[in-house]
Amino acid sequence: MSPILQAVLVITLGVGLSVGYFWLSNLILDNVLFPAKGINAGRNINLANAVRPWLFLFPAFAAMGLYLAYPVFETLRLSLIDRDKADAFVGLANYRQMMDEPKFWEALKNNFLWLLVVPAASTLMGLLIAQLTDRLRWGNIAKALIFMPMAISFVGASVIWKLVYDARPEGTEQIGVLNALYTFFTSNSPEVWLTVPFWNNFLLMIVLIWIQTGFAMVILSAALRGIPEETIEAAVVDGAGPLRIFFRIKMPQITSTIIVVWTTITITVLKVFDIVFAMTNGQWQTQVLANYMFDKLFRANDWGVGSAAAMVIMLLVLPILIWNVVSARRELR
Amino acid sequence: MSGIAGQRSSLAWVVNLSVVFLVLLWLFPTVGLLISSLRTADQISNSGWWSALSTQESQRSPVRIGGDEQDTDSGVAITGTLFDLDGVDISAWGTSSRRPNEFAPGDTAELKDGQTLSVQADGTYQFTAPESQEGKRLPRVFSTATTPPEFTLDNYNTMLFGGGSSSISKAFLNTFTVTIPATIIPILFAAFAAYALAWMEFPGRAILIAVVVALLVVPLQLALIPLLKFHNAIGIGKGYMGVWLAHTGFGLPLAIYLLRNYMVGLPRDIIENARVDGANEFRIFTRIVLPLSFPALASFAIFQFLWTWNDLLVARVFLIDSTGQTTVMTNHIVELLGTRGGNWEILATAAFVSIAVPLVVFFAMQKYLVRGLLAGSMK
Amino acid sequence: MAELKLTGVSKIYGGGIEVLKDINLDIQQGELVVFVGPSGCGKSTLLRMIAGLETISDGTLEIDGVRVNDMPPSQRGIAMVFQSYALYPHMTVRENMAFALKIAGKSKAEINASIETAARTLQLEPYLDRLPKALSGGQRQRVAIGRSIVREPKVFLFDEPLSNLDASLRVATRIEIAQLKEQMPDSTMVYVTHDQVEAMTLASRIVVLNNKGISQVGTPLELYKTPKNEFVACFIGSPAMNLLAGKITGTGETTTVQLDGGGVATSNVPTLDSDQGAHVNIGVRPEDLYATEPNANGASLYSGEVSFTEALGEVTLLYMDNNGEALTAKFIGIHMGLRGNTVALSAAPDNVHLFQEGLSMLHRAQRS
Ligand SMILES: Nc1ncnc2c1ncn2[C@@H]1O[C@H](COP(=O)(O)OP(=O)(O)OP(=O)(O)O)[C@@H](O)[C@H]1O
Ligand SMILES: [Mg+2]
Repeated sequence: MSPILQAVLVITLGVGLSVGYFWLSNLILDNVLFPAKGINAGRNINLANAVRPWLFLFPAFAAMGLYLAYPVFETLRLSLIDRDKADAFVGLANYRQMMDEPKFWEALKNNFLWLLVVPAASTLMGLLIAQLTDRLRWGNIAKALIFMPMAISFVGASVIWKLVYDARPEGTEQIGVLNALYTFFTSNSPEVWLTVPFWNNFLLMIVLIWIQTGFAMVILSAALRGIPEETIEAAVVDGAGPLRIFFRIKMPQITSTIIVVWTTITITVLKVFDIVFAMTNGQWQTQVLANYMFDKLFRANDWGVGSAAAMVIMLLVLPILIWNVVSARRELR
Repeated sequence: MSGIAGQRSSLAWVVNLSVVFLVLLWLFPTVGLLISSLRTADQISNSGWWSALSTQESQRSPVRIGGDEQDTDSGVAITGTLFDLDGVDISAWGTSSRRPNEFAPGDTAELKDGQTLSVQADGTYQFTAPESQEGKRLPRVFSTATTPPEFTLDNYNTMLFGGGSSSISKAFLNTFTVTIPATIIPILFAAFAAYALAWMEFPGRAILIAVVVALLVVPLQLALIPLLKFHNAIGIGKGYMGVWLAHTGFGLPLAIYLLRNYMVGLPRDIIENARVDGANEFRIFTRIVLPLSFPALASFAIFQFLWTWNDLLVARVFLIDSTGQTTVMTNHIVELLGTRGGNWEILATAAFVSIAVPLVVFFAMQKYLVRGLLAGSMK
Repeated sequence: MAELKLTGVSKIYGGGIEVLKDINLDIQQGELVVFVGPSGCGKSTLLRMIAGLETISDGTLEIDGVRVNDMPPSQRGIAMVFQSYALYPHMTVRENMAFALKIAGKSKAEINASIETAARTLQLEPYLDRLPKALSGGQRQRVAIGRSIVREPKVFLFDEPLSNLDASLRVATRIEIAQLKEQMPDSTMVYVTHDQVEAMTLASRIVVLNNKGISQVGTPLELYKTPKNEFVACFIGSPAMNLLAGKITGTGETTTVQLDGGGVATSNVPTLDSDQGAHVNIGVRPEDLYATEPNANGASLYSGEVSFTEALGEVTLLYMDNNGEALTAKFIGIHMGLRGNTVALSAAPDNVHLFQEGLSMLHRAQRS
């Protein structure tokens, strides 16, 4: 069967089945199990209404349970056993093995570097652009153009930036912008930038910053718009200049949004994989955790260490997860 | 604030200029890729893409002259033009690679054996020789010329319709096959659950909402091996079914979260009125809540589409097997990066085809995307 | 078409918040009963319990003699008009009206006929194919009413249907509702409002809710003339009735009260000999006060300085002060010159109410 046909079939089947499920289960609930007739009508309606939410929730929560919740525990289990020894429990051996690998430490170190740089740079750039475009007549166009990389895949972005960083042998014309500028201004010989340790990390980060700035900008721009105009007008009347208004009046009113943006980008950074995979594949000391894990799982076929690396990512996400849950619960009150 | 009296206009200029600068900075890399995809391999490797935009003086690659001989009084003559282009302006030319700029346009060069060659500024040349040159190699012409910008769609033609190992048409179709079901199926599941979480009273509701918020940030890295094992165990292995299911599972938390937040904001009176009107929960959902939630549904659909279209990891783990028949765009590009890393005409074109679809969706539906982002992160 | 009977109805929200307690009320067929009361007293809650949108915690609700506590809203034969109109924004006016009928399984012809009739009654014919967002507030309200009419319910329920309209539209729509009621003399209506004028003009009976229960039920004029307690006395009428503390000095068919502020009031409310010396409040409405000459023996009811005036055109409100005891009077005509003057006021004995510990002594007299 051709994949397209299969896709059409799956769409019809999936939509049909899920609509059918909801419709039929409701029908059975209301007319067969607890009919709203006869002497028990009232009790039956209440019973049906008590059951119904679970009918509505079941498919989604079953899918999430299987595809997101269960894997967390299964990964934890896998990180504690050894496949080669008939799944024997080996305690923290996988973790110990992982810690003995310099590549792991390199990945961890780089990940922290990413965490330090990317959320900060994206949020600051986003805030700057949001503020600059706020009152601009063509601000929306400018924002759309800066927001555009959000639609581009990490892989696509990697190709785009690889062209920027491209290096040609000395003497031929440079087709990468970076080297063209570099050779033009310094008359040094061109560098193969992606192989220059330490600094190449920043070149990779630029790709993500380029993408995430638009995200930060859109949200912070909305937050800036949401600031009551009167507070700014009051400050103007009080004689505050633009900088003071920005730092003393606007910033304090959008701190919570800045935190949300920051944490959202932080999570993205923790999971970053495609960019490194496509641009350097972790060579030249650019390894990060997600790519390290992928390497272990699918190239070295070492599920134990791979799962241990995944648990490290989970551990890093955990504080944000807890914070999110706590603030969501506070909101629901 | 634009109406406030006495604001300095110099400040406005600085703001305008810096925004222009930032926009150009942000566009620059993408434009580079787009322009590169419209140039020939030769052009790409000979000059930076930015030089393609302006009339440029450059060393052209050598052209061997050729064409029909005409008999003349003193022997034979061949006339022709070096380039098939309008607006070429040759500043110097030569016949050996050692001295490519030996002659000025209009000069007549005396070559060996009584041959002569003259090249005009517009690229037309005349070659004469005492006897027929049939079967002999004619000279090559090196030239330095200014040429107008020059673009071609050939790359797209070969990449999309050309077949061959680097063709992306198959990957393009496969990507659609992955994304469409992976976008539609989770919406349905999520919409029902979101409605229950927003509008139904039951014990444990707050906990379930917290669970959704928690799952929102669980890294899908953790799901790879357990789910691959699971898919193998139930017999679907690697393939479309697996990738559809995986995308559905991974997309659900965001879908439920966005939709619930939106549905909670629907007016309670409308839903109660429907209840008084005799609609049961199923009908309230399909006839009232679902149509009214269209903006949120659209937001999520865009997210999920962009995410599944741009995904590499899930496809690599759950879809692409060793036959390579089920490759998707992102994976195809990564492979091209490995095998054809220097062939920018191929890379740029492939990459641009892959980002064109999301870009169209992005610009067409930006309103919903922004709305979804705001709903998802503004607390 | 229907009779509504509430017996001992209570409402306790989750978390043990008791909002209503032991409500007993009989609504006859063809009545238009208005619920009034301070904000948050449970008017909407009571209405929603009748509709079936809130569960009834205790007591019974009967419609036409049938206990409906556990019946879903759609089967109770009620229609509800919400303050926010609650029109389905994605459906045209016609579809809005047809929605309930379609669910009830009516034929197309029947549905169209009902819609045509309702649209004619409410002058909605030109708008039938518009979406709600293309209608004005008044038109939307009429659609909401039309949507309830087509269902031919036994009971109409209105929750502050006019409060989103501006003042002049509110008057116009109020009159329309009154006319509608006249066209359907058999239909029973329950109407919640904040607006006294709406209550007074529309109601056949008013139910005043306060403090988890019913303060008084009666025709508008009954409530105005013979409020059962100080709460109802102050709640009905605007500005509110003045309450002045005093001590009974003369009993019998007419009662004399020596007021703490120095005045003397005579009321036609009868009292018993045992009431002699009792501490009471007299109540007198601002519009019942008239100016008298202050006489030496203090025979006027109240005497004080006019500290502020508000001229409304046909009447002038006088805000008076007598050593900290405030009082409001309402004089016909324009009297702004009185500000700063000292004025003495009296009221006819018929218009002087007596309250002991918050309860009307007139009703006590009737009870005994
Ligand atoms: N779901 C609920 N849970 C707990 N308390 C509630 C709930 N709904 C309403 N209440 C409380 O019940 C009381 C009565 O509310 P209700 O809406 O009936 O007042 P109302 O008389 O209609 O007020 P208004 O005139 O302002 O509309 C209020 O004090 C309110 O806080
Ligand atoms: Mg209310």
